Amino acid sequence: MSQIIQLLPQVLVDGLTLGFVYAVVAIGYTMVYGILELINFAHGDIFMTGSFVGAGVLFTVMSMGFMSSAPTMVLFMIMILVAALITGVMGVGIERVAYRPLRKRNAPKLIALITSIGISFILEDAVRFIADWTTGNYIITTRPLFQHKFTIDFHSVFPFFNNATFQGSFLVVSIVTIIMLISLDLFVSKTKWGIAMRAVAQDRETASLMSINVNRVISVTFFIGSALGGATGVLFLIQYGTVDPYIGFILGIKAFTAAVLGGIGNIRGAMFGGILLGLLEMFAAANLSTITHGAMGSEYKDVFAFIILILVLIFKPEGLFGKATIEKV
Amino acid sequence: MIKNAFHKFADSTKAQIIFFAAYVLITAFGLFLLSDSVIAFLVLLLSILILYYLKLNVRIKWALGLLIIAVLVPFAASQGSSYQSFMDVGTLVLIYVAMALGLNIVVGFAGLLDLGFIAFFAVGAYTYGIFGSTQANKFMPFGHFPVPGDAFWLFIPIGAIIAAVFGILLGIPVLRVRGDYLAIVTLGFGEIIRIVFNNMDHPINITNGSMGIPSIEPPSFFGIPIGQPSQFYYIALVIFMLAIYVATRLEHSKLGRAWKAVRDNEIAAQASGIPLVKTKLAAFAIGASFSGMMGSVFAAKQMYIDASSFTYLESTIVLVMVILGGMGSIPGVILGAAVVIILNNQVLTSLSTWLTQLSASGVVSVPDALSPAKMQRFIFGILLVVFALYRTKGLIPYKNKKVDAAHLKAEAAVKTSQYEEHPEAEGTH
Repeated sequence: MSQIIQLLPQVLVDGLTLGFVYAVVAIGYTMVYGILELINFAHGDIFMTGSFVGAGVLFTVMSMGFMSSAPTMVLFMIMILVAALITGVMGVGIERVAYRPLRKRNAPKLIALITSIGISFILEDAVRFIADWTTGNYIITTRPLFQHKFTIDFHSVFPFFNNATFQGSFLVVSIVTIIMLISLDLFVSKTKWGIAMRAVAQDRETASLMSINVNRVISVTFFIGSALGGATGVLFLIQYGTVDPYIGFILGIKAFTAAVLGGIGNIRGAMFGGILLGLLEMFAAANLSTITHGAMGSEYKDVFAFIILILVLIFKPEGLFGKATIEKV
Repeated sequence: MIKNAFHKFADSTKAQIIFFAAYVLITAFGLFLLSDSVIAFLVLLLSILILYYLKLNVRIKWALGLLIIAVLVPFAASQGSSYQSFMDVGTLVLIYVAMALGLNIVVGFAGLLDLGFIAFFAVGAYTYGIFGSTQANKFMPFGHFPVPGDAFWLFIPIGAIIAAVFGILLGIPVLRVRGDYLAIVTLGFGEIIRIVFNNMDHPINITNGSMGIPSIEPPSFFGIPIGQPSQFYYIALVIFMLAIYVATRLEHSKLGRAWKAVRDNEIAAQASGIPLVKTKLAAFAIGASFSGMMGSVFAAKQMYIDASSFTYLESTIVLVMVILGGMGSIPGVILGAAVVIILNNQVLTSLSTWLTQLSASGVVSVPDALSPAKMQRFIFGILLVVFALYRTKGLIPYKNKKVDAAHLKAEAAVKTSQYEEHPEAEGTH
């Protein structure tokens, strides 16, 4: 027990980092689901593509002589902007090619789900191929950008806690995600596009009668969701240093879990769900072995996330902040 | 002119039989002579598809098909050095067809998208793997393991039953979830099974963790050990026939019609008196049992299993088979599974070796990353998207059973008149 308490500060720091990543990716799922009622399986892979684009930008900029001495912060800004732009455009493209024709045909939801699985496979292999071709290895490791180490001295204030250490990247990740989350929240609640988005989510047909261009709103939603996902990919790269083309799948499922946890379709719920899931997962990873006396190690942390997903879907499918819906014929 | 000739051909049974016999004999002879040619092998297999489209009596078609698969293909292929590798692909095709038929019941008939279907295959494989090797000695307090090869036959039904139990265990909590949520829950379930199997080497060593289970006992048939793919081919063939039989029987049964009603509109189906829970659980259990059976065969054939054979990619490959062939269409799913497995295990690998040879001789330079064997995901992704967008119903679309309304009415009229004449007859038995 005391060991669990000692580790708490470190768990909190690690959990928050992971939670921020989940939160932003979860927003992409929740926005698309809110509008189209579609689980966009490809979203996790858009996140992954974002991290590879970020790595690509980093390698390109570093190879240009005059830029190699640029301050890290500038480098980081270029990475995140380019990644967000490319993945945003990609998201719009995917919606155009893979989802819009189905919507026009009024095809069953199952079909759209299957297309999105197909798209996610295509993205994984395309990225693997490009990475493998250009660098000779599909697992990419970059040099750490913000590696200054900080220590929070919990121990001297509360003697029952250990100290928590984190890298500079933790600060960058937290600050950038918080900026993204707040600006998205403002965008959705205050701007004209945000209001149109909410209107389309509520009732697509009525919104179109109110002279809202539904297709364009859907495109904008995909752009924003994917751009946020891609930018988070860069944050992930900075925090963990290594990416491979298959990270998108499992992270995507967990982010979806976070979105469901917070109530799917609810943007603030997704933020909260993401952070909560990150904390829970890190707590499980750090303490499962202690709690079960070594019977289960941290390798079960993924199982833990799936069990949360299944439990939420069974007992409270509307999530923590969602409204229950009534199914009609 | 050509069209006329074609119509004539389509109408004449005799011409069709002659053409088909000639085709089969020529291709079989071709494979017999060319022995190692993949193309000859594939062309011979194509005869099954041609057979499907011929206008012959259904029973004759079945008999001919069985004759080709069970006798002609193994015999014609037996001459070359690639015999075992051809039979290996043949066995895999049969295994995956049975699995795809199982998934077809869940996805195609009942409309429940299952993205963790491979978990049931894993359950079947581990059931035989654990007891068919020394692994079971590590946690079983009694008994002597591995079980003798003769006991393998028992493990086919056992694998089916255990997989069906897992299917029901998954089904019970999942029933409250519908539509696309179901997809994600089953995906989670599949991953949970894989991760658990991959880590169950402590505290009790049940699955030997990521090391996998080696040296699984080969089955034996009245004392004859079965180790060659050409022998497993027949085991798989028997189960495959069983799976087809069960699937076709179920399709038009009361249960099968209930599944389709649930797929088309759950609430309306419920309102018409279909027990939702039972119907859905039956779909999960029967679908799972198909892959459980084939799991046991797979474990015995590979003689080694570990959790890496049961990933999400594998689940999706089975889904690709169903989508490609046509959801709900049994002949379609069989074709889809055959196409995917042959593409994956024969065509892509042959293309890869060919390209490597070309690169080695300096004709073209293909980067190793682009080698077709590595592009599985890309190819299957494209197949999924293209078929979902442009041919939603698959290669051989599902056809509703044709009902002759006039005939039915006449039958009903006869029954009613009988009833009016002898109203007491209904009540007495």
